[in-house]
Amino acid sequence: MTTVSGAPASLRQETLTVNMGPQHPSTHGVLNLVIELDGETIVSAKPTIGFLHTGIEKTAEQKKWQQVIPLVERMDYLGPHSNSLSFCLSVEKLLGLEMPDRVIWIRVLLAELQRLSSHLVWLGTHGMEIGAVSVMMYAFREREQLLNINELIAGFRMFPSYMRIGGLREDLPRGFKQTVAEFLDAFVPKLDEYEKLLTANPIWIKRTKGVGRLSKEDTLAWGLVGPMARAVGIPYDVRKTFPYLKYETFDFDVPVASEGDVYDRYLVKMAEMRQSVRICRQALERITPTGPYDCGDFRIVPPPKDRVYTEMEALIQHFLIYSQGFTVPKGEAYVPVEGPRGEHGFHIVSDGSNRPARIKLRAPSFYAVQALEKMIVGGLIADVIAVIGSTDVVMGDVDR
Amino acid sequence: MGNNLHELPVMTTTVEKMVQWARRSAIWPVTFGLACCAIEMMAMSCGRYDIARFGAEVFRGSPRQADLMIVAGRLSRKMAPVLRRIYDQMPEPKWVISMGACASVGGVFDNYAIVQGVDEIVPVDVFVPGCPPRPESLIYGIVQLQKKIDMQRMSA
Amino acid sequence: MATPSIIEALNAAVPAARAEAVPSVDMETILVAPEALVDVCRFLRDDPAFQFSLLSDVIGVDRLPETPRFEITYHLACLGDAFRAPGASTSAPPRRLRLKTRVADAPEGEQPRIDSIVSVWPSANWPEREIFDLFGVAFTGHPELRPILMTDDWEGHPLRKDYPVQIRKCGHIPWEIEMPPEQFAASVAASRKQAAEAAAKPRREEETQ
Repeated sequence: MTTVSGAPASLRQETLTVNMGPQHPSTHGVLNLVIELDGETIVSAKPTIGFLHTGIEKTAEQKKWQQVIPLVERMDYLGPHSNSLSFCLSVEKLLGLEMPDRVIWIRVLLAELQRLSSHLVWLGTHGMEIGAVSVMMYAFREREQLLNINELIAGFRMFPSYMRIGGLREDLPRGFKQTVAEFLDAFVPKLDEYEKLLTANPIWIKRTKGVGRLSKEDTLAWGLVGPMARAVGIPYDVRKTFPYLKYETFDFDVPVASEGDVYDRYLVKMAEMRQSVRICRQALERITPTGPYDCGDFRIVPPPKDRVYTEMEALIQHFLIYSQGFTVPKGEAYVPVEGPRGEHGFHIVSDGSNRPARIKLRAPSFYAVQALEKMIVGGLIADVIAVIGSTDVVMGDVDR
Repeated sequence: MGNNLHELPVMTTTVEKMVQWARRSAIWPVTFGLACCAIEMMAMSCGRYDIARFGAEVFRGSPRQADLMIVAGRLSRKMAPVLRRIYDQMPEPKWVISMGACASVGGVFDNYAIVQGVDEIVPVDVFVPGCPPRPESLIYGIVQLQKKIDMQRMSA
Repeated sequence: MATPSIIEALNAAVPAARAEAVPSVDMETILVAPEALVDVCRFLRDDPAFQFSLLSDVIGVDRLPETPRFEITYHLACLGDAFRAPGASTSAPPRRLRLKTRVADAPEGEQPRIDSIVSVWPSANWPEREIFDLFGVAFTGHPELRPILMTDDWEGHPLRKDYPVQIRKCGHIPWEIEMPPEQFAASVAASRKQAAEAAAKPRREEETQ
């Protein structure tokens, strides 16, 4: 027998193989980890994914461009707005469409609100798995307010399909600005409450400090960007480095930590939530109560119903859009956005027809699960849960 | 004593009713959240739509300690044997709720990778439609299951 | 300072790549020959003028009926001041690059092959496995080339254009339902009888004291 932990060779030793998942309360979905243990120390960990592979990319090749949006929203199911936003941005790049400012501000507002919603689920589940169960109840209470806002704009809590190619699905309802303003005012004290519960809590610190550390070079070499990279000292934020949706006109900071362990990732994400509230307030001020909600190009966006009923051309455009869809010029485009988990983007390949030739999601969770082995080997088995929680993986993202 | 039974602090019933009441009042689900429906299931177990009022207090991690499996999310073909194995590990009596369109009929994903309906693999008691179903829908599904358990006779 | 031209530098450093520009709406796109792929990637990562430290994604596209059939696209990014490559004295300007290479289909029974770039960016490991799984393109030099999203015994490569979207296969369970068919039919009949009786009876019986 090989000696695993320096004991004399005469003592028989073996490692214990433990299977974690795919059905497991703490794996954030269906992730399978086959972990080899020497006592409590992890010797190796092999992740197996694919248990949620849905073939969305293949199904999307059969649908028209606008019909892909509900499919694509269900990939990263915690951040539906960022899925549909990055898809719309890539297709609009290929189409060469320019959005009016009001549409851009609404998109920014929704993207940031959805970042809050996703981070709240992360906080709740991460806290619950480490043992702070009440954090889950509080985080989901705030998330319910955000889902109410989703319901207000589109009638659907989780997958509103509100961002469409060419603009938005419909105009904002009455009372939207007031609802969002009230939510933002009530939210920041709640954030303080969560920080009071966790940030200086000795149990939390003991369980998260020094755990799951990854060096700067390793982080980039393994393709991890987003909060994981910012926690280790790489201040890369797609909104600042490769701006989209006029983010360069917004005033916000990018929180960066230095250690790269689970505690720093927690701090970075909490600070990100505060910055998101800042951006939301600025975007809210810029949204006018009435105005355009799409780009006005009626080859892509359906014309308003009163014109459809009175003008021939509008009727034909409406009919063409809803029967055969619009065509996108041949080519490819990739516009990444800063999703809650990192750089999130759709690579669109079009062959000039009304259906996509290929769409592929650059899934940040995919790379996080790939790097999981590097983060947990050498640590204790109890830290696996903390690390998986800190990487904030969503298996719908990983398996698509 | 005698004919004044209604004055005593005693209720009479049948064994069957007792067992039915006990079974349906404390259905403990096993955590089988697969995809997006799992998030709505978690929201259902949190403060706003509290499922603990209906008896489904704790989500057991181990199937050996659970009696309800809520298949929440899309079931891929790779995951199907795992689902069956977890179902087999649950002790009788056990029930299955198929939550969401993907678990019931395959949902929006009619393709090579998704099992078109979880009832190809396990027997389902209640189907809850929606994509994802609102937490109230799922609570209604659990209440329907409770009514179904009320109807189950012990003599079968 | 003008941003240096990638194509010129590439053709000077790795002439075997035969790099040519492809018109594109969003970022610079370069088509290289598959034989020189690893050298091109190493140059782009290490050259201090470019410092493409981040491999953002590896994407496979099936271009049936065009030839060469498979196109592998690599998205690279230089993060600017956010990350300076080890060994470089200053950081390069932030930019994104799309690198494309095309692989011809192999005859029946063999797999199309291309070099793996895992030695340059370790994050290419799983994306290349995914392309192998879903398209059937094999990567030479990959440490662990096996399916990642589909099961190990899956036949065919789903994202190819000649693979159908729906294959109408029933859910595969390795264990039979452990009940003989007569017993199953009997239990179905019994529960139907129960349901009929329960429906016929009034909901709440009168409590008889």
